[in-house]
Amino acid sequence: MTMSAQSAALGMALGLACLSPATGAAQSDDGTPYPLVSGYAYMAPSTQGLQDDDFINPGHFAIAAGQRLWVRPQGPNGTACAECHGTDPSAMAGVATRYPRVDAASGQLENLEGRINRCLTDNIMSDPYPYESDDLLALTAYISNASRGLPMNVAIDDAAQPFFDQGRDLYFQRRGQLDLACNQCHNDRAGERLRGDVISQGHVNGFPIYRLKWSAMGSRHRMFQWCNTSLRAEPFALGSPEYLALELYVAWRGNGLPIETPAVRR
Amino acid sequence: MRAVGMPQLQPISGVSMRHIFLGAIALCLTLPAVAQNAPMAPKPDTLLPGPLTTEPGNPARGRLIVRDLDRASCLICHALPIPEEPDHGTIGPPLHGIGAHLSVAELRQRIIDPKAANPDTIMPSYYRTTGLRDVLEIYRGRPIYTAQQVEDVVAYMATLTTTQTAQ
Repeated sequence: MTMSAQSAALGMALGLACLSPATGAAQSDDGTPYPLVSGYAYMAPSTQGLQDDDFINPGHFAIAAGQRLWVRPQGPNGTACAECHGTDPSAMAGVATRYPRVDAASGQLENLEGRINRCLTDNIMSDPYPYESDDLLALTAYISNASRGLPMNVAIDDAAQPFFDQGRDLYFQRRGQLDLACNQCHNDRAGERLRGDVISQGHVNGFPIYRLKWSAMGSRHRMFQWCNTSLRAEPFALGSPEYLALELYVAWRGNGLPIETPAVRR
Repeated sequence: MRAVGMPQLQPISGVSMRHIFLGAIALCLTLPAVAQNAPMAPKPDTLLPGPLTTEPGNPARGRLIVRDLDRASCLICHALPIPEEPDHGTIGPPLHGIGAHLSVAELRQRIIDPKAANPDTIMPSYYRTTGLRDVLEIYRGRPIYTAQQVEDVVAYMATLTTTQTAQ
């Protein structure tokens, strides 16, 4: 199950061929660089090698933990995720490609973490996992890994449009003491060097990631917080409406890129 | 070379409220006059901010400041003739020879508030505390550089008069 650069490139090409038609605007109209390039391509070969080998990729510890949680009875009735969804992770293939999405019943934007927690509270009758907890990262990684190789495919329909607009505004909003917006680096300067780092296109197709800098798994929102704090800007809360909207926008601009979870990043 | 109407600020060892206040006044007095001539026409030095401190800038100190990763190091984005540091950034242009291209007043302006000269630049303003959004609390109301650090870095940049990469 090693994802070689060749297969990543193939997946990328396939992804580009079936870009989501769900919204009128094209990614490139927003200044998203083309071709879409996963953050994987900006990593040193040694980091890529760590991701490519499932036996040494540290993210697989989280996925193994997620697999254990998946079958563990939880809540007052001892319900396991697997009782409804089955024990074969392929049943969840494609799910992670579609998040964030709007929950039709509530009208609220929800990412994969939020969907997992809603299943816990509404179906399993258990407490939600705290954001960025090991358990929530593990289950998110497990479910995302079931979509590895499938193209990101979030939909911007009428229900999602206001959230999309909010996220896009945030993406282009200069913030912090350094007065920088996401697009200034990840649209306009991808591939340039910030000291020893190469600026990526800012896609989220590998999350939750194992980040070497953290020596830990981290969610998309943790990465947003890290970026914001680096600009010396106040971060929004994990799971906040602002970051959910930003996540929707950022996921959309990466539509077509194959899911890589668990990606390893610098 | 002092700009008309620029208050002379005292050298400071830290960031005091008085310093921030005076700095803000200095920028308020100066920037609108500069912005009228935007976008890119060169300004006479008399329209640009004068020295922010009475103590002249110290180029050796400036060379240390531009390397300091805790002070939004210039090296993150620019190459500089500092061969002992690896991995200079490529976001902005290399600064070798910048002291031959820009006057001291122009250098100071580019550090204090480069957006006054070019509103579209990605470069942060190193001595501006207004017009910023959602600044992290520990940095709120504080410029990236103190007035003396601005002067030290200006003095260092002014020494970069050769385009040779080793210096």
